[in-house]
Amino acid sequence: MERSSNRLFTTQDILGFAVLAVIIFIVLPMALDSFRLNLFGKYLTYAFVAVGLVLCWGAGGILSLGQGVFFGLGGYCMAMFLKLEASTPKNTAIQSTPGIPDFMDWNQLTALPWWWEPFNSLFFTMIAVVAVPVVFALIIGVAMFRRRVGGVYFAIITQAFAAILTILIIGQQGFTGGVNGITDLRTLHGWDIRTNDAKEVLYFVNAGLLFACLLIAQFVRKSKLGRLLIAMRDQEDRVRFSGYDVASFKIFIFCLGAAFAGIGGAMFTLQVGFMSPTLVGIVPSIEMVIFCAVGGRLSILGAVYGALLVNWAKTSLSESFPELWLLGLGGLFIAVVMVFPNGLAGVYAEHIAPRLSGLFGGKTGAAKSPKETPAE
Amino acid sequence: MFSDYSMSELGAIFAMQGFAGLILFSVFVLMALGLAIIFGQMGVINMAHGEFMILGAYVTYLTSNLFAAWLPGVFGMYFFVAMILAFIASGALGLFIEWAMIRHLYKRPLDTLLATWGLSLILQQVYRSVFGAREVGVSIPDWMMGSLPVTDMIEVPINGIFVMVLATGISLAVYYMMFRSSWGLQVRAISQNRVMADAVGINTAWTDRLTFGIGCGVAGVAGSAFTMIGSTGPTAGQLYIVDTFLVVVFGGAASLLGTIASAFSISQAQSIMEFFLSGSMAKVLTLLVVVGILMIRPQGLFTLKLRK
Repeated sequence: MERSSNRLFTTQDILGFAVLAVIIFIVLPMALDSFRLNLFGKYLTYAFVAVGLVLCWGAGGILSLGQGVFFGLGGYCMAMFLKLEASTPKNTAIQSTPGIPDFMDWNQLTALPWWWEPFNSLFFTMIAVVAVPVVFALIIGVAMFRRRVGGVYFAIITQAFAAILTILIIGQQGFTGGVNGITDLRTLHGWDIRTNDAKEVLYFVNAGLLFACLLIAQFVRKSKLGRLLIAMRDQEDRVRFSGYDVASFKIFIFCLGAAFAGIGGAMFTLQVGFMSPTLVGIVPSIEMVIFCAVGGRLSILGAVYGALLVNWAKTSLSESFPELWLLGLGGLFIAVVMVFPNGLAGVYAEHIAPRLSGLFGGKTGAAKSPKETPAE
Repeated sequence: MFSDYSMSELGAIFAMQGFAGLILFSVFVLMALGLAIIFGQMGVINMAHGEFMILGAYVTYLTSNLFAAWLPGVFGMYFFVAMILAFIASGALGLFIEWAMIRHLYKRPLDTLLATWGLSLILQQVYRSVFGAREVGVSIPDWMMGSLPVTDMIEVPINGIFVMVLATGISLAVYYMMFRSSWGLQVRAISQNRVMADAVGINTAWTDRLTFGIGCGVAGVAGSAFTMIGSTGPTAGQLYIVDTFLVVVFGGAASLLGTIASAFSISQAQSIMEFFLSGSMAKVLTLLVVVGILMIRPQGLFTLKLRK
């Protein structure tokens, strides 16, 4: 028993991954038309953030209310590249300065700012999508965790960053597109991303990337690092006294979460075709936490289901009863904290898994039901 | 950036912006006092703090309408009644929320944060359904309109002065309650050592509930005061929440004096920068400086010496 849970994949994990893979790669694409599939692709981009949050918050006990910042940074990096590609001198011939993005022209800019220049290169952009959020997370992480700031203070300060970045993006509309964001994105290296075919391809690319992130997350959780993270969450001082550098582990996991969020943001831009500050600020950042909490803050697979379910509910509820959605979301926040703190994964582990193992004669069984208490 | 203005103009600008900063300071103090009680003393993160303020503002709006309809003779005085009603309404809601929600979550501060965020969403939707999505404004009594000329270049609005007086009054009242009443003594004892406070016979559960209620009540009064300088909408509370938390954290969470000092420095910095830069850049710079200082000195400006 002890040895089997040390393995990278237990039988249960393999089953869980397989079921999720079947749902994402086969069931959803077959069951949905291309518009709905694109919507679910959008939801899956939030799942990147939620998986990162499971690592930071569920395993590490670090609640970041600024994941929208990293999602946004990744998304904006990708959007800048796509915007530059869309703003050829030919496409923008009617502008007073052809060849620069339209919103710059509207704001009386006559030349491309120097920090936009590198985004002409796809290679640079792909690195930046991950690197920019990670560097940003590194700065925040080093400053905060080295001084042993954590818990509630960390949450408030990351939330402040979400506020700052939103105000900055909206205020500097000549450089960032302002409150409308960067819109009217057309092609990726000459490949039109607006067609239905392209959207389907992007959905599968997105799902593939998500599984890559899930595998990394699984590896981290099962490695020594993952065990240390949980130890730190529960008894930080003891881990420190055992000679481990607690801050470095926290910084690493926070940066990893930021990298996932950045990739998610870039895929969001590609699939949805725009990026705007409404995806960066306080409200989306805290909503991303609820995706993770609904799925179960300790379960990486649960986070994916959480992101899918909450967003699907959001879309269908706000289509038919817009005024009910906020009530529902508010109730969800309260319920997930007070009634089922381990989310869907907790419900599954407590109620469904034992019955399933009974059904299969206990073969998958000895199902260790993780009676873990919620973080903090 | 100063060369375009003459010396006397610069003086007037600084005086006017300084005064605008003082009003902003009063606003920050009003917002932060309730939070300083709840977050500073109890360690509870109440993300619905803004919505408690908005509740006070809506109560004031209703009171002003009631007075205009039924008691037009004493309309000038309605505000004082409204403030008391706002305190009672927000305080009562606070007591209820503590009983229904917060008391189950004292050991999980991050979960409190999420649950109260959910509460704030629900309250926002309730306000929207009851009062409509549009912002409402109250009719200000005549004696609060207009402005006082100080010199021929400097004028100060009377409602601004009123809000400042109010902020001072409420700060003094909170100070008195915190440091001179038996409730304050119990709150401070609990925040220093809960187990011991319990052991010497303080009813910690009741004190917690009362503290949360009073904190929310103060928020309601703050919201009531805001109606004098701006209009009220269902989502207005959310705009304040980051500022308010930063003010409290920057001041050093457990220190009332720190809260006031940080409200003063943040508001003055922001309003003076606002004149020379665009509003959004002033805000960004202020927040960045505050966050930067917090990264270097996480415990905030003022700290209580406590043995952990």
